[in-house]
Amino acid sequence: MSGQHGDDRSSANGAVGNGGRNGRHAATGPGDDGTDVRHDPHAAPDHDAVPRGLTAGAEPGAAPGAGDEGFGSGGFGGRFGGFGSGGGGGRRKRRGGGRGGEDLMVPEAEFTSYYGRPILHKPKWETLDIAGYLFLGGLAGSSSVLAAGATATGRPALARACKVGSLVAISGSVVALVHDLGRPDRFANMLRTVKPSSPMSVGSWILTAYGPAAGIAAVTSVTGWFPRIGKLATFAAAATGPAVAAYTAPLIADTAVPTWHAGHEELPFLFVSSGAMAAGGLGMIAAPVAQAGPARRAALIGGVAEVAITRFMERRMGLPGETLRQGKAGTLMRAAAALSLGGAVVGGIGGRWSRAAAVVGGLAAMAGSACTRFGIFEAGVASTQDPKYVVQPQRERLEKRAASSGSSSGDTQGRADEWAA
Amino acid sequence: MAFDLSALGSFLRSDDPPEAGGYPDPAPRVGFFTDTSVCIGCKACEVACKEWNAIPEDGLTFTGMSYDNSEHLGASTWRHVAFIEQQRPMGAPSSAAPAAGGSGGPVDLGMPAMPGGAGAPAAADDGSGDRTGLRWLMASDVCKHCTHAACLDVCPTGALFRTEFGTVVVQEDVCNGCGYCVSACPYGVIETRKDDGRAWKCTMCYDRLGAGQEPACAKACPTDSIQFGDLDELRVRAQARVEQLHEAGVPEARLYGADPNDGVGGDGAFFLLLDEPEVYGLPPDPVVTTRDLPVMWRNAALAAGALLIGLAVTFLGRKR
Ligand code: SF4
Ligand code: SF4
Repeated sequence: MSGQHGDDRSSANGAVGNGGRNGRHAATGPGDDGTDVRHDPHAAPDHDAVPRGLTAGAEPGAAPGAGDEGFGSGGFGGRFGGFGSGGGGGRRKRRGGGRGGEDLMVPEAEFTSYYGRPILHKPKWETLDIAGYLFLGGLAGSSSVLAAGATATGRPALARACKVGSLVAISGSVVALVHDLGRPDRFANMLRTVKPSSPMSVGSWILTAYGPAAGIAAVTSVTGWFPRIGKLATFAAAATGPAVAAYTAPLIADTAVPTWHAGHEELPFLFVSSGAMAAGGLGMIAAPVAQAGPARRAALIGGVAEVAITRFMERRMGLPGETLRQGKAGTLMRAAAALSLGGAVVGGIGGRWSRAAAVVGGLAAMAGSACTRFGIFEAGVASTQDPKYVVQPQRERLEKRAASSGSSSGDTQGRADEWAA
Repeated sequence: MAFDLSALGSFLRSDDPPEAGGYPDPAPRVGFFTDTSVCIGCKACEVACKEWNAIPEDGLTFTGMSYDNSEHLGASTWRHVAFIEQQRPMGAPSSAAPAAGGSGGPVDLGMPAMPGGAGAPAAADDGSGDRTGLRWLMASDVCKHCTHAACLDVCPTGALFRTEFGTVVVQEDVCNGCGYCVSACPYGVIETRKDDGRAWKCTMCYDRLGAGQEPACAKACPTDSIQFGDLDELRVRAQARVEQLHEAGVPEARLYGADPNDGVGGDGAFFLLLDEPEVYGLPPDPVVTTRDLPVMWRNAALAAGALLIGLAVTFLGRKR
């Protein structure tokens, strides 16, 4: 802390940089770097600094002339120069479109924001921890189901591989979850209460039931001890595994993060497909061709379903859906589609004849599943960083409600109906 | 479907304030009414909040966003005064509002005005000599203490709880910093502190309420822009204030968060605004996403079942 005061002082006169706030404002992402634009109020704010499409030249452009020349002397001018960076209520084109601001009086073509700032906080979750957890949870839960099937149908190598794989995956995911806590020493507080309104609470209990079962199943399978207990644990893990794979969808969808919540109906199906594909991939890699039939079919069906559901979801999402096509998330989602389909075809079909194809396809399937989870995670993060994903769908909702009811009392009624639904 | 979603929905909301907040004998629900039309941007609320609650410093920056250097509500900013400069005289119809009820002339609300000509294009001067085209909006933002609070719903540890006053408070000795509340809040209010890992937000001065005192910010506000009291009474007062402003020729005055039928069941801390909510950095139609949780649980259950059956099917047929 010492010295920070002085630093911040000097930065108040010079480049603001991100001084003492950088830590906290890792949260506000790109917009944050824009604090500097006041040094050149007339310059169009750079587009990295202010999220896409801030119609810099538009309304703020009209005002800052005033800011600079009118208040121009002393610190005051500096202050108001900031107006040029988007101004209070800087107006932006819809869809992040053009920068010309001639038609800034046309209300339905644009929306306002507070200096282009995000409305929501960026998720506090670390990508590696939580996106990694989404992947590992799906892999573990689905592998346990495959393991039980393999046990029941006499495919010992497939069973063992899936049991060990699910234990490794679930251990990794618990480590990631605890690591992500602000107070890891208090992880046991997760079990203070049972809250159906909190997917994280429900998930903690699901993991509590699943984890030991998966562990016992794996250990007994490798050591050969207590075969009867092992069998029981295998089926207990298979019964709870699907819950592990599916609950992570409500986990991220029950948030205000626009992209995650917009997918709340489809994500559970997407996540179990993705999990089945990953488990299939694992089975194909680890088990001999003769035993891996079910794994191949899981990867084939899971992979095709994953890609199809993703498309379907993206189309139903409306505006936030575009975060799945842009930037880092877009790259990940494109890679996911290629890997998933490739894995499904190469492993799911080619793996019938060739061990090499099974391994390559299995790896692709697992990688595809991971890319899907990381892509969806990143898309959600991106959707919190641009206020348009918050404002615009909500505006449209309001307009639709107003249009369908025509009066303000009807407005209230419409909302009450939504609640009842 | 045998699965009764609306029953699950009402179960999930069963301990929210309309249901007495889960208390057998609750105190009347209290709240804030922040009337931004009389805010003078003095930031007494920000300072009083920091002082009373001993909130650490969270950056001394100079943002260039008018007089706003605290930027956003967060772990260590529980009151935040927003400053918005607009090229429009008071009383002119607001930008995005569909020309609400004709235009009144400029009205003096006692807002600080720039000295004539000091920065506004002359053309914007309405000729009255002491007003310019610059409209300066100020608004003190705070946690909304939602009726259906997403942060509270999703908190897995029970650290967030509903007090006997109907407010929403974090127990700092329970929070394990999972960060779920941060993503759940539709207003971007609650946040975890980097250094100590836990989540923090406005408590509506729970300690002061317990002692029969009003919260520090309301106490400090010199213009009564921040009013504290029983929520029912505040809503009546706010409605009267809006009507008064409409009569005075300020058609753009509107309440935000006062409607118990809105997406969060109404805010315990609500506002009178002079422009669209998003101008102030507020979401125009926030919803508590727990509202959709019954659908999510149903779909998750269906998906889990599909996974189980689907994988079982892969074992049928060929023994290979
Ligand atoms: S505004 Fe956010 S932090 Fe405050 S009660 Fe509502 S959901 Fe919770
Ligand atoms: S960070 Fe703390 S208060 Fe927020 S949801 Fe997690 S345990 Fe609850």
